[in-house]
Amino acid sequence: MRTSAVSRDVSERLGALQKRSDRIDPGEIVEVVEGIMGTMRGDLSAAELDLYAELGSLGKYIADAKAEISSLRPNEIRDQHLPIASDELDAIVGATEQATNGILEAVETIEGLTQDMSPEVAEKVTEAVTRVYESCNFQDITGQRVTKVVKALKQIETSVNGLLAAFGDDSPPAGKPAAPAPAAAAVDHELLNGPQLPGEATTQADIDALLAGGF
Amino acid sequence: MAVDMNMSILIVDDYKTMLRIIRNLLKQLGFNNVDEATDGSTALHKLREKGYGLVISDWNMEPMTGIQLLREVRADTQLKEMPFIMITAESKSENVVAAKEAGVSNYIVKPFNAATLKQKLTSIIGNF
Repeated sequence: MRTSAVSRDVSERLGALQKRSDRIDPGEIVEVVEGIMGTMRGDLSAAELDLYAELGSLGKYIADAKAEISSLRPNEIRDQHLPIASDELDAIVGATEQATNGILEAVETIEGLTQDMSPEVAEKVTEAVTRVYESCNFQDITGQRVTKVVKALKQIETSVNGLLAAFGDDSPPAGKPAAPAPAAAAVDHELLNGPQLPGEATTQADIDALLAGGF
Repeated sequence: MAVDMNMSILIVDDYKTMLRIIRNLLKQLGFNNVDEATDGSTALHKLREKGYGLVISDWNMEPMTGIQLLREVRADTQLKEMPFIMITAESKSENVVAAKEAGVSNYIVKPFNAATLKQKLTSIIGNF
């Protein structure tokens, strides 16, 4: 009799949690577990003892996880570390852009003077200027790589917000997930990967072969 | 047939330094009639307003990406034959396949050099 009463109580409480559409506070789960354990008094069968032990472990696991996450100070990560990291990365992009423009301006001036040079010297200077232009590609690549890192930081921030919301922080919960994009837009989005790491990128020769051949 | 070195070229990139680099390299190759746009929407507007002989576009831009611009160009009865070169850091084969399916004329992966740019231009407009 008592076993079925316990089962019914377990079912009712878990059912109530399952019906919840919002995020469930781990504290509520602990409360339910403790409530169930409180109903298990008197002589217990072996199965009930096992259940009792499992529920006890579950409650302790949740409490330990909450304590460990709290010790990581996720609110500090969200409010201080992540914004600082994003700002620093933005500053890198700004500084490299400024420096690149300075370099380009200087070599454009040098290139403009080639008309006053002998043809041999002008040719050598123009070749060097071309190499500078080619090397300045780095700013675009750097900018795109940094943008990828900033996006990764924003993902981490969303996860941290989720943790804070789940574990009872007063900070605002993570925003609602964006509405699913139309299929074509989603496919295009998957093509926005930015620069690949050395060794992973497709070479210009591979790309030429792809363009030349059939699919 | 001789290449029209006065043809108007539209370069599209959200990085102004990249626009500057491509413009300078085109100038070195003898193309001085170069116009710029910093995203696909602006580029499409310019293309419909003025006659260009060639588009050189980045892929990763907002609000309209290079691949979206390419599709718009190919869907436009007035622009569909426009030579279109993609210059991008998107180097995955699926990107190249998507661009080819959308009708790209050629594809250059960043970082690129002047020789590659000249080679791709030649393959589209002929020797110059």
